[in-house]
Amino acid sequence: MLGNLPYITVVIVAGIGIYAMMWKRNLIKVVIGVSLLESAVNLFLVSLGYRAGGVAPIYTNAPSTKMVLPTPQALTLTSIVIGVAVDALLLSFCVVIYRHYGTLDPRKVRRLRG
Amino acid sequence: MTEFIHHIPALIIVIPLLWGFATPLIGRLSKKGMYAWVVTALAITEALTIAQIYLVLTQGTQVYVMGGATYNTTIPPDSGGIPVRIILTVDAFSAFMAFTAATVTLAGGIYSITSEEGTSGESMYYTLLLLMLSGMLGMVMTGDLFNFFVFLEINSLASAGLIAYRVGKGISVEAAFKYAIISSVGALIYLFGVGILYGEYDALNLAMVASRMQFTGLDKVVMALFTVALAMKAGSVPLHYWVPDAYGKAPGAISAILVTASQASLYALFRVCFSLFGLGSNTLTTGWFLISLGLLSMFVGVTMALIQTDIKRLMAYHAISQTGYMLLGVGVGLATLGTAAFSQYGLQAMEGGIFHIINHAMYKGLLFLTAGAVIYRLGTSDLNKMGGLAHNMKYTTVFFMIGALSIAGIPPFNGFASKLMIYESTYLFNPILSIIAIVVSVLTLASFVKVFHSAFMGPKLYDVKEVPKAMLVGMAILTSLIILFGLFPNIAIQYLVGPAAKALANQAAYISSVMGGA
Repeated sequence: MLGNLPYITVVIVAGIGIYAMMWKRNLIKVVIGVSLLESAVNLFLVSLGYRAGGVAPIYTNAPSTKMVLPTPQALTLTSIVIGVAVDALLLSFCVVIYRHYGTLDPRKVRRLRG
Repeated sequence: MTEFIHHIPALIIVIPLLWGFATPLIGRLSKKGMYAWVVTALAITEALTIAQIYLVLTQGTQVYVMGGATYNTTIPPDSGGIPVRIILTVDAFSAFMAFTAATVTLAGGIYSITSEEGTSGESMYYTLLLLMLSGMLGMVMTGDLFNFFVFLEINSLASAGLIAYRVGKGISVEAAFKYAIISSVGALIYLFGVGILYGEYDALNLAMVASRMQFTGLDKVVMALFTVALAMKAGSVPLHYWVPDAYGKAPGAISAILVTASQASLYALFRVCFSLFGLGSNTLTTGWFLISLGLLSMFVGVTMALIQTDIKRLMAYHAISQTGYMLLGVGVGLATLGTAAFSQYGLQAMEGGIFHIINHAMYKGLLFLTAGAVIYRLGTSDLNKMGGLAHNMKYTTVFFMIGALSIAGIPPFNGFASKLMIYESTYLFNPILSIIAIVVSVLTLASFVKVFHSAFMGPKLYDVKEVPKAMLVGMAILTSLIILFGLFPNIAIQYLVGPAAKALANQAAYISSVMGGA
């Protein structure tokens, strides 16, 4: 049960993220939702590679014990960097939208129709 | 020279990437120099993709190991039989998609020289354009599941920036925000699926995962995640609502290139269904799933297009509708995969669907460019305010007519060639499908007759000039390909489409190109 705790956390964080994206009436909160979903996926990747009692996967001078998997950590680092870029882009869009519309309420930011 | 040839797959991705980042520097020195720089990059990429098609046809699937000791040692001797590095796997289908993407971007890039002239941040525009191309080419050529995610994000971020390029009282930013949210959520869903596959099979290489595939319950979850994420990015119907906004509000050339960007996701959807899951999964069900997505897209897209009054929004709904044809054709191929019916009509349906990919990229790209030309001269995209443009914009009118006849499937243009293949083969599979496809085609013609009449016919309302040369050259490139593929479809099918369809259907060849053996 305790071993599954990271995965349960992933589900909870992803759920909060999706909730924020779907039902929050503020574009900044929608971006926070995307960011939470990113964190959930990153946590999922890292916990996939975790081995109980493993050490950091550095081969030089490593003790001959179990190591955690290096690949998911590399994936997570890449994914975090991409996530920062996505968040920055989305927030800068929010700034421009606020300048032109005077609001961040998605119900009012609706000039595209049809 | 032979040494150089082997590095073509890597060069195709690297050249737009590096030249893109150098563009702002060149732009500071000279405007003209920057245009020449960008067009050279696009032309070199185009030439390399053609060379790559030749290589794949003569030597079979090309692999390229990123950072490996030699370019083709996919499994290093000390790795324990696992392809540890990122591997580009270029089979005929990948080479075909890379050629499509590079061609449309070349036309769009030349077109942009005058259409975006004088806008602020022009050098950034070309940087993003080249990054977008690099992302698309990476998506279609990579053989690594995680690497695909990286290129998907490069492509999505660059596209979102370009959609918002002309701020226009914030309205394009609204479209770009929607697009960016959809892309990043789609990419995260995809990444979650990749995580599950890695947890199960300890591998990220597509061929490696495919060879270890066990078809457990978790794999079905992964398949659902991949299908939803990639169908969303490809703009198929239940999740299509970002398409009219994004295509409609982007600059003309970008709308044209966005079509190929969506097709890169469509490529990945087909690749996942055929090469990753393949025959071991229930191909009849997945095939019918793709067919029903295709029918929905075709029908909803065209009916929504009929009521539009904004020229680019109308064309965007047609883009959704045409994506349906590709899903229908390849879906029939997937549903019959591995049965006797596959060689009777399944392969032909796949060829039709894949041929429609390149045809759609060409004529829809051309139509978006002509719409951009009309907006460039009139400053409005409202069809009710247009009229009589054929008096002055003769070349644009001819280009529009060719594009419109081609999308409606009128011979001798390329839309007819691929649609006929889809009609013939789906009729043998299920007559109702092909009847719906023909009805949708008729509605498409109706809708474009409306556009043609309201924009180009009638008395002279505006005293405008023809658009500048660079824009005409961009449109002429796509037009010449439309006519070429329309008059000689057998050449395109023999050298481009046929090998692509066979490569997609042959999962064992894809696996053995990376894993060796066989």
